[in-house]
Amino acid sequence: MLDIAVVDYGTGNLRSVAKALLHVAPERTIMVSSDPATIRSAKRVVLPGQSAMPDCMRALDQSGLRDVVMEVARDRPFLGICLGLQMLFDNSEEGPTSGLGVLPGDVVRFRDERMHDSAGHRLKVPHMGWSRVAQKEDHPLWRGVEDHTRFYFAHSYYPVPDDPGLTAASVEYPAAFTCAIASANIFAVQFHPEKSHSAGLQLLANFVTWDGRV
Amino acid sequence: MGLAKRIIPCLDVAAGRVVKGVNFINLRDAGDPVEVARRYDSQGADELAFLDIRASVETRGLLYEMIGAVADQVFIPLTVGGGVSHVDDIRALLNAGADKVSINTAGVNNPALIEQAAARYGAQCIVAAIDAKAISPGRWEVYTHGGRTATGRDAVLWAREAVKLGAGEILLTSMDRDGARSGFDLGLTRAVADAVDVPVIASGGVGGLQHLVDGIVIGGADAVLAASIFHYGEFTVRQAKDAMSAAGIEVRD
Repeated sequence: MLDIAVVDYGTGNLRSVAKALLHVAPERTIMVSSDPATIRSAKRVVLPGQSAMPDCMRALDQSGLRDVVMEVARDRPFLGICLGLQMLFDNSEEGPTSGLGVLPGDVVRFRDERMHDSAGHRLKVPHMGWSRVAQKEDHPLWRGVEDHTRFYFAHSYYPVPDDPGLTAASVEYPAAFTCAIASANIFAVQFHPEKSHSAGLQLLANFVTWDGRV
Repeated sequence: MGLAKRIIPCLDVAAGRVVKGVNFINLRDAGDPVEVARRYDSQGADELAFLDIRASVETRGLLYEMIGAVADQVFIPLTVGGGVSHVDDIRALLNAGADKVSINTAGVNNPALIEQAAARYGAQCIVAAIDAKAISPGRWEVYTHGGRTATGRDAVLWAREAVKLGAGEILLTSMDRDGARSGFDLGLTRAVADAVDVPVIASGGVGGLQHLVDGIVIGGADAVLAASIFHYGEFTVRQAKDAMSAAGIEVRD
């Protein structure tokens, strides 16, 4: 029985996600797959994503994986990473592009070309590097991850959920934005756990044992 | 509680091996990229940069294998550059495990490459690497082919153009300072950092920890890249972070 399927719809760096999962759970069967039946057979599913939203959505449709992603996002532990988070929402300003509409809300770009932090330092876009993640709720995926731990980000767009209650964590850049979403069996993050050193590996280890309940 | 300024050790590689200047004590094999990457990772490096200094078709496969081997065991971002001339090179590097790909000569000669790459893979993974040399006070010229070819292009204007084409980060190297250990060209760093909205990595000239601090505080860089001060065991990344932190710069613990 397949423990974890990493959805391969033909974009981005899937290897790092799969290898990080394997690193924290060497005893599990983990497959990078573009086969709907294989993905459907997995106990847990990871939807990664790296490139640009229009390309990701196009690739998802061309690979014929939209339906199975929608299906498994309803009924089993599901982890979205970066674009894999953004695609779950209704719309993205990037393109603009329609998303999967699994989660109500939009994905928007950092507003100002000239943003500053409270000390007056200029903030660049993409938001690139290690920022402190403020946890907004207790969740099994935060187990063993200290509040305000730094995770690695590399993005120009971020989600704005219609329901603020879905926000599992936020980060300031310079205003607070949602960087993690928790909705029943779905957990999704804007940062890259597979590139976030020990904290990221801890989150992935938590996902591997998560039963999909809060 | 903002974004940490990054420290990026840079490794020169050839045929899948780390070349020149890594002499960590207790490494079984200082040329093994996985071992070197692990060492920097354990010291708190925020990211690693790999430059294929003898990029050739014959050894390209070895680079991909090397990146894969590092990415499988070191879970921090990896930027890879050297000889990237086609969108297929970028795809191959990303598939091998690179998180960002830096484009230098090919981007200057064919700016459409940056545009295509950013459109396909996203701005966040396309780094425009710029090698610049001072030509008069406040003016710098872009060089390509590892600093051998003058292009007549203004470095600040080219940085702006590269960002407009879609580059999500600038890796800025001063050819005057590279290897000189006298500190970054802070005028160049500041001019480019002020000119673009994307993060700028300062490179070339680090000889001591204060140079890293200056690159951030005076140069306005978002990240600092260094090679020799780390490779020869002079300073650890941890010591560099302590120095930056003592200077009031926010770093990742």
